Amino acid sequence: MNVRSEIMTQFRQVAQEQDRRLAPLTDRMELLNSGLDSLCFAIIVTRLESSLGIDPFSTSEDATFPVTLGDFISFYEHAAK
Amino acid sequence: MNMPRNSPASLRKALGAAGETSLFGEEGALSWNDLMAGTVLGPDGDEFDGRSILVATTSQFNAAATLVELDGVARRVILYPPDLSLDHLGFVADCAGVEVIVSDRLSSALDTIACVSPSSWTRSTRNSDRGVQHETEWVLLTSGTTGRPKLVVHTLASLTGAIEAGHSGGVVWSTFYDMRRYGGLQIFLRAALTGSSLVLSSAQESTADFLARAASHRVTHISGTPSHWRRALMSAAANLITPEYVRLSGEIADQTILNQLRAVYPQARIAHAFATTEAGVAFDVDDGLAGFPACVLEDTPDVEMKIEDSTLRIRSNRTAHRYLGGEQRQTLRDGDGFVNTGDVLKFREDRYHFVGRGDGMINVGGMKVYPEEVEAVINGHPEVEMSLVHTKKNPITGALVVADVVLKSAPETSCSEVRIDILRHCREALPSHKVPATINFVPALAVADTGKLIRFHA
Repeated sequence: MNVRSEIMTQFRQVAQEQDRRLAPLTDRMELLNSGLDSLCFAIIVTRLESSLGIDPFSTSEDATFPVTLGDFISFYEHAAK
Repeated sequence: MNMPRNSPASLRKALGAAGETSLFGEEGALSWNDLMAGTVLGPDGDEFDGRSILVATTSQFNAAATLVELDGVARRVILYPPDLSLDHLGFVADCAGVEVIVSDRLSSALDTIACVSPSSWTRSTRNSDRGVQHETEWVLLTSGTTGRPKLVVHTLASLTGAIEAGHSGGVVWSTFYDMRRYGGLQIFLRAALTGSSLVLSSAQESTADFLARAASHRVTHISGTPSHWRRALMSAAANLITPEYVRLSGEIADQTILNQLRAVYPQARIAHAFATTEAGVAFDVDDGLAGFPACVLEDTPDVEMKIEDSTLRIRSNRTAHRYLGGEQRQTLRDGDGFVNTGDVLKFREDRYHFVGRGDGMINVGGMKVYPEEVEAVINGHPEVEMSLVHTKKNPITGALVVADVVLKSAPETSCSEVRIDILRHCREALPSHKVPATINFVPALAVADTGKLIRFHA
């Protein structure tokens, strides 16, 4: 499964479910300005764990939370390797 | 402390009014009169006088006969449920100072304690002639989700405080509960004190077989947990019985199960009761609606109730007296004699609703979620049979709500469409932090021998 496209799908899906207006999804988009709140991110992380089989937040002990969408995708792509 | 109305001096004395009605087990039947006038422990029986006796039988029938025989004779009777691991036997025996074990499932469980095996019933004049020598302590064990059981001390007076003694003609009781559990013991005592027949369930028997046997004895009154009832309603055998009275207790009765029971048993009075091993029987409601009206808190005779920190607290002569033993020196009652039930209430739409256990709460980013309130919403979806909501650790909010769902039948559309529809249903009824992040479809959910959903805490 393509990590990038799965992440994009989940961002759109969760934003729609939670009735959030999602900012345009670019790599430079800051997550804090994405229109999603922490509950949305929590759900995205759980859904990605189901679909991709990885949760880099709990596997990497010194994880710092990604700042941009690009960071977020790299974080997952790195963990998926 | 006030004694309950009509409180019997001993179980055997109470059975004097029972007459020819019977106790029906999977293995046979015996009239209450015979139980009163006979023995399963042998004609001597002096070894039980004033002693602390642990009853660990597989058969409910043997347990019933043993209780009739020991109440008023033994100093203390400990009811060891058949589903409780024997690993706890030593701990329980220590806490309760057990001197004799009555068991049909073990011959010499503990080296230091004598073990007596119940035999088949024989007539004995000795028992019916005996007076009441002790106000026997009845010790019930409540199973925590982990760790050791708690030993909860009652007396016959506290256990029967909610029961109006007197003959109730034609009533045949039954219960899905095992009588070693508070909910089952209540029905056993209710039948005994009102001279009613009682059909006991058996762990070895399927729900369908039990319902068929209950039907063959023309059961009129039957009790169980909402989980018991959901399982019963999944069986065609649910249609074999036509009860006048259906009782739910032990778990939160949501609107869906009340509606389902109403549809299957239109002739029945359907009541959901609040009772716990520690707090005793508090009240029941039979208006067909989940929750209870506020006046119940004020107007229930003999039971005082109050809400503190959102949890229900109860003071009455039906509450247990204390915990027994070991590390569990926690107090059962507060300084004013109230028992904290740990059950959290919320007031909405003119009624109080139980939303869950204080200790089962899920913390989603600082916001409280009670699994049961989410389950009640999920169970209201037309395709859902039952559900279990639990917590999943999450790096962002600490925890999230996830749900395991059993569908009534394979979905006509795809699973993912049903999943989306259940989530939509949840979003309409719940704030976003209470909506499950994921829904897993599972073939079945584990129900413990207590009749309650097995919950696992993270």
